Amino acid sequence: MTLPAKAAEPNSENLQFFEGAEQGRLVLPRCTACGFVIWFPREICPECGSQDVDWFEASGSGSIYSCTVTRRIPGSWGKATPFVLAYVELDEGPRVMTNIVDCDPEQVAIGDRVEAVFEEATDRDGNPGPPLLRFRPAEAQ
Amino acid sequence: MNDDYNLKGKVAVVGVGETTYYKHGQSPDPEFVLVLKAIIAACEDAGISPKEIDGFCSYSNDRNDPPRLANALGIPELRYSNMQWTSGGGGAAAAVQNASGAIMAGSANVVVAYRGLAQGQFGRFGRSGGSRPVSGPAAYTLPYGMMSAAQMYAMRTTRFMHEHGVGREAMRAIAMTCYHHAQNNPRAVMNGKTLDAETYDSSRWITEPYRLFDCCLENDGAAAMIITRTDRAKDLAKPLALVLGAQQSGGHRSGATAENVTDYVTSSFKPAVKHLYEQADITATDIDVVQSYENFTGGVVMSLIEHGLCTYENADEILTFDNLRADGGKLPLNTSGGNLAECYMHGLGLQIEAVRQVRGESCNQVPDVKVALANAGPMVAVASTALYGTEETA
Repeated sequence: MTLPAKAAEPNSENLQFFEGAEQGRLVLPRCTACGFVIWFPREICPECGSQDVDWFEASGSGSIYSCTVTRRIPGSWGKATPFVLAYVELDEGPRVMTNIVDCDPEQVAIGDRVEAVFEEATDRDGNPGPPLLRFRPAEAQ
Repeated sequence: MNDDYNLKGKVAVVGVGETTYYKHGQSPDPEFVLVLKAIIAACEDAGISPKEIDGFCSYSNDRNDPPRLANALGIPELRYSNMQWTSGGGGAAAAVQNASGAIMAGSANVVVAYRGLAQGQFGRFGRSGGSRPVSGPAAYTLPYGMMSAAQMYAMRTTRFMHEHGVGREAMRAIAMTCYHHAQNNPRAVMNGKTLDAETYDSSRWITEPYRLFDCCLENDGAAAMIITRTDRAKDLAKPLALVLGAQQSGGHRSGATAENVTDYVTSSFKPAVKHLYEQADITATDIDVVQSYENFTGGVVMSLIEHGLCTYENADEILTFDNLRADGGKLPLNTSGGNLAECYMHGLGLQIEAVRQVRGESCNQVPDVKVALANAGPMVAVASTALYGTEETA
């Protein structure tokens, strides 16, 4: 089933990330001084402190670092159970919280290869907002 | 570390108290009144007047602020107040640490560490979502259905089990131990409700690998501890329970959560334990009884490993029901029933139980306790951990 998709409210520290999402591209900040890829998106490097940061298009590929199948939860997400909440480790380095979609929750495991998908999202008034970064099992090569 | 810059033995917990512990939303009193009652109970235990309190320490952004409390208790001088910011109950031992520090610094003479919670009045603790704006850090978590601490720490426990291949058996044993101990504890919300292996194994999944009984309770109530100088403590009613050490524990980028904490597979205690044992001048083998904060059982397994009480290799062999029970176990754990079966007072109840064990007053008393450990808040950004001891341990 389709999961709820609440749109985030972009601000100046993450505008490029959400503008990328509008185009179906995973755009991330990278420190020009030390090469560290920064998550959450922000133009301040937590590794070396530099504010000299560039934005680049990441591959959208990664693997599952950890995950949980949520089966009981109060509120609107209760109707969406079971669903997979996960950290995906991107090939570029950062780990991002996400959902694994288009999958059998029973079969999802640490180490599985996944690829980014951007799903339509709406704000609290029902208006379209930046698409949501989620992941699905990677196509078999 | 025997020098002037060490609190070991110089301060003592002289009073402990709590309200009746209620199931969540069932307190007849508002939260503020619960806190006042807990403080008064702790003062009665110590044999002092609440008017002697001149300092307040709490954690987790407690809503009941010291100026209001001091006003309601008629306290003539409010000399010191302190809040430890952290998620969940990770600051329970830190509140004792901060109270001790205030006394050591000469900032106050009698400090109360306290925590109150009335979820019927203010809503469920730890619940995210609702009408919060999806902005700032929430933009990277809320849209994914990350609504509870259980989910966040389920992922950490899953990764821990993946890397080390232990935990499942120990988690069951920890839950059963807490319920076992609650049966002798009249304060325990789960007094009268036992838990066997079959019931645990057939209980519903909340978020894997956590079943219902792996998760802490949700309660209303309040708890308080009175801390003062050891020379004053010797004149008071109860056997001495010295603070031997207390530390907070945050590692490199431990506040990062999804933002890529450097060491993910941890209960958050690695940075503090070496300081704690050095401060108290003990090793793990000197600890007679352990109170280890259960937000979720998986965090307890990691906490006990990181405190040196078992290893990644033997956790499932050491952390068995027979070893963890107060009546005959080698590593007695959570002897009040803890957050799983006594009450989830954000871990302050575990600090109080450590004091009761040192005094010889526990409802599941371990024989000849000299040193008791009580930690708080595994897997959170900043955890805390404390040691208490009898007079001879100073």
